Amino acid sequence: MKWNGWGYSDSRFLFNKKGQAEFTGKRYRLSGMIIPGLKDWMEGTFGANLQHKTQPVLNTSAVQPPMLNEAFVEELKSTGIPFSHEADDRVFRAHGHCLHEIFALRDGKIGRVPDMVVWPNCHNDVVKIVELACKHNVCLIPYGGGTSVSSALECPPEETRSIVSLDTSQMNRILWIDEKNLTAHVESGIVGQDLERLLNESGYCTGHEPDSMEFSSLGGWVATRASGMKKNIYGNIEDLVVHIKMVTPRGVIEKSCQGPRMSTGPDIHHFILGSEGLLTAIIKILYLRDHEKYSESLIDMQKLYHGLSSIFTSFLDGLKKFYITKFKGFDPNRLCVATLLFEGAREKVLQHEKQVYDIAAKFGGLAAGEDNGQRGYMLTFVIAYLRDLGMDYYVIGESFETSVPWDRVLDICRNVKARIIRECKDKGVQFPPLSTCRVTQTYDAGACVYFYFAFNYRGLSDPVHVYEQVEHAAREEILANGGSLSHHHGGTTS
Amino acid sequence: NATRGHRDPMLKKRDDFEDILEERRNTSDLRYALRCYTPALYKGLTPCTASELKTMVLQSDQLLYVINQVSKETGTATDEIQSEAEAILEEMAHRLQLSTIRFFAFTLSKIFKTLFRSICVNEEGIQRLQQTIQEQPVVLLPSHRSYMDFLLMSYILYTYDLALPVIAAGMDFMGMKIVGEMLRMSGAFFIRRSFGGDKLYWTVFSEYVKIMLKNGFAPVEFFLEGTRSRTAKSLTPKLGLLNIVMDPFLKGEVFDISLVPVSISYERILEEALYARELLGVPKPKESTSGLFKARKILSENYGSIHVYFGQPVSARSLAEGRVDRSQFNLTPRHIPRKPSEGIQDFVNDSAFRLVRSQEENMVLKPWVLLAALLLQNQTAGNKLGVLVEDLTEQAVWLRDLSRQFGAFLHWPDHIPPSRVVSSSLSLHRSLVRVSEGRVQLNLEPGFPPPAMTPEEELLSKAVVVLSCASYRNQVLHVFIRAALLASAIHSVAGSRKQEIFNAFSFLRNMFSNEFILRPGAEVQDFEEACYLLVKSAVLQVHQQEVLVTDRGHRTLAFLTSILDPFVQGYQMVCRFLCEEATESLTEKQFVPAVRKFFIKHLLTGELKYVEVLSSDLQKNALAALLRLGAVQKLRGGANEGTLKVNTVMVNSLEDTLGGKLPTQKPLAARL
Repeated sequence: MKWNGWGYSDSRFLFNKKGQAEFTGKRYRLSGMIIPGLKDWMEGTFGANLQHKTQPVLNTSAVQPPMLNEAFVEELKSTGIPFSHEADDRVFRAHGHCLHEIFALRDGKIGRVPDMVVWPNCHNDVVKIVELACKHNVCLIPYGGGTSVSSALECPPEETRSIVSLDTSQMNRILWIDEKNLTAHVESGIVGQDLERLLNESGYCTGHEPDSMEFSSLGGWVATRASGMKKNIYGNIEDLVVHIKMVTPRGVIEKSCQGPRMSTGPDIHHFILGSEGLLTAIIKILYLRDHEKYSESLIDMQKLYHGLSSIFTSFLDGLKKFYITKFKGFDPNRLCVATLLFEGAREKVLQHEKQVYDIAAKFGGLAAGEDNGQRGYMLTFVIAYLRDLGMDYYVIGESFETSVPWDRVLDICRNVKARIIRECKDKGVQFPPLSTCRVTQTYDAGACVYFYFAFNYRGLSDPVHVYEQVEHAAREEILANGGSLSHHHGGTTS
Repeated sequence: NATRGHRDPMLKKRDDFEDILEERRNTSDLRYALRCYTPALYKGLTPCTASELKTMVLQSDQLLYVINQVSKETGTATDEIQSEAEAILEEMAHRLQLSTIRFFAFTLSKIFKTLFRSICVNEEGIQRLQQTIQEQPVVLLPSHRSYMDFLLMSYILYTYDLALPVIAAGMDFMGMKIVGEMLRMSGAFFIRRSFGGDKLYWTVFSEYVKIMLKNGFAPVEFFLEGTRSRTAKSLTPKLGLLNIVMDPFLKGEVFDISLVPVSISYERILEEALYARELLGVPKPKESTSGLFKARKILSENYGSIHVYFGQPVSARSLAEGRVDRSQFNLTPRHIPRKPSEGIQDFVNDSAFRLVRSQEENMVLKPWVLLAALLLQNQTAGNKLGVLVEDLTEQAVWLRDLSRQFGAFLHWPDHIPPSRVVSSSLSLHRSLVRVSEGRVQLNLEPGFPPPAMTPEEELLSKAVVVLSCASYRNQVLHVFIRAALLASAIHSVAGSRKQEIFNAFSFLRNMFSNEFILRPGAEVQDFEEACYLLVKSAVLQVHQQEVLVTDRGHRTLAFLTSILDPFVQGYQMVCRFLCEEATESLTEKQFVPAVRKFFIKHLLTGELKYVEVLSSDLQKNALAALLRLGAVQKLRGGANEGTLKVNTVMVNSLEDTLGGKLPTQKPLAARL
């Protein structure tokens, strides 16, 4: 895992010696491939230049020595729970993936970091740690997958008490599966892809797949009220969770039964879901489902997804590309791609497919086939790596999402994109920014819209500040146009 | 933002003008009318025909909602209401045709060349407009002084290859058979003057305007003042259309809307004498085609030059920034009509005042305007012989310098000796002034006195000249109004305490806010601006607690006080009329004739010295102010509909306060 960028250390975009864009490693379908359109797109969209490269500075020596609470450490030792105060371990857990956090790390700036990391192995370890922290006046920051984008992992610089990072990564087991009730009891530290893989081995899935599922943990999903790409079939995290056990400084909270629903006043789960990591370790039980299949269609609407869609077409094999661009008359720069995932029993999938393709045909769209669908779905995981490539070449950016009633979707897209462009200009950004968006989730009463915003910051003295101002303005515009502050996470991610 | 930051009007840099008639005098009008016309269009525009536009209106969610609503309320079938809506739209819609535009381009070229010496346009403004049209939906907001205004606007836009506007015009034009249709084909759409409670009409109308605007179909043009100003003073803005064009922005249906104030100033207004007669109560002739042709004799006269200034586009977004919380529109579906909230009304009203003020500020003032002000003052001072040309020139040069210090947009040719500037101005306006034996005065004596003229008739014929002249003087009032209010306040307060002066200033400002463009709620800003200008021109010294007049300041103060004086006296006399003569059954309709009679009586006895108070505009404004202040009430309903109920005590005290007999009263000051 990278300590100052997204994802696995071996997987990254780079421009090889021939100047071609390449995705390294072996983990993804894209790995080892050349991406022909990416260079032109980077240069065309941002005015980025391959000659102008930033060099991330790596100096872990700048980390301040830990401020330890001796009494806490002594008592912790007696419990036998492993811990560390090595600089590497501490820095690694001092940040999430907000732009300002990553930017500072690449810049070699390391602020306040946890003084210590502990690795509880089970629920009872957590109970002990929380008790000790209360007793010795120590701060705890729970750490799951480290993919937070709401500054939840940031250590307050003014904090004078000892800060302990509670890493749940060792609590990664499925404790049991109950096939009669289709539920499973899972520890909070389990990472999305492991959970899914282990459940698949028994013939089940949860269907919860956020973009970050390779790294984010179950506990994090609950703490941030997460949503996944397959939510139309399986629901969001609040629909999946049946039971939660949470350790708090005043004791353990849990319901006394595992009934699917109760009406006894406000649901205690709703105080826990979305509490943004303020609360401690969580163990839970999830609904389970089975089976899946991919497919994809192209719909030519507006250039909502322009830019990235040209990268998409660069993946298409020659004949297909010719068919789409020349024969069907799609302009790769005005192409709108919809990656659709159909999942479930065979008849149901066929029925859904037909409905969707009929609608697409009505508006001149066509299905691009399962293969492209697989690629499109995989792309959502790989996009996150793009930001690091951008940062190598003076391009910073993020995405942020909102949910908005249907009748305002087009208005909010237009206005927010225009606002970003105007604000960038006003704030002195020298190059036209990337300002684009796509619809990622649909509900009966509205949709979730993702905005992508990035710009080339050459010539700016404080790019992160400019970035934050523009992002603030965009957020203001979203609210003015009837969007919510967030759909599933506070503000940003890739 | 162009309409903010009036702190130093002197710093305002204005663009240069270019005469568009010059080319017309040198090249073929026909070729000009037939030339290739390819304006740049709004970036998001999908071109559509006039009939597609109608379909969009008739199928809009808003209209369908209201049709259903009306159907439920009245029990009429929806398709009946639907066809009613179609009829309304048919009556309203424009049918912009390039051929008609070309016809006008040709004929207007001919007419303009005979009537005017030049038509000057600020080209930088045109360039700004061209840019803006491509980026945002544009609303053109010209000042309204003449019938000419909108033909002139379209003519200019055609000349510069800009997108032609669709123009909101009053229904009265449609009465003119051929001309009405011609105007329709040159982009005018027609709206009824009043359609108060007619929900269906309002919806068709507002949807029509919004759909044209949102799609960037064409710039929408309308007159903020609602009607032609007969007095050349800007009129209190009407908010209906501004509300409509702001709506798509406020509801997020477009990113922004650009509002472009345009100031059209005529050196001589075609309707000069017509307006004066109208103000004096000779009823306005109904617009008719034959009437327009009678106006042909106008063609033989010289009307000087026209200046058209396209102001800095004002973004609705920047006007709303920090003032309007747009999320208030997120809680109801946008197609359900809602009355704008109080906050929104205030915002639109405030924006309208800012826009009218920026129209005012960019109005070009000719030297004659200053001369008219001076000649009127001389005339009321009782100078029967007239003023020596040299003296007038000296006064004019003094006033020129003063108005420049106040930031007036004065076109005084500095390379020509002042005496020549004065004499050529006088000769252009020879119908209003008489020069004999080196002396100038208003041309008040009829040239060939019809033998049997009653004193009343004589007075009215004098008044025509005075009011015509006043309509030129009025053009400069906006430059001086704040300082004049301050000067009058200083004059009325015994002593120099700043707070007292401010109270008197606020009182006067409130009293006259139907008469002049004074933005609601801006009394402190206006007071500071007046102080700033008078300190800068070395008339006043303003201290923490005190306002002192300098030795050399008296001339300026006297001038400023006297410029406001006709209005002060006029309002006082309206008050007196209401106290002395108003009967129980006086209605709003009878008010103007009755006041006029009262005024004529007092003018003839010499008790009243300003003939210009005969202007029905002043009388109506005074009544509106008294109604606003609650000194007079208008009864509603039943047999008493429109009857005026006068609070004699209050009217009396207002009169005395205006006359300086009473100090500014606390209760009134508190209301400010």
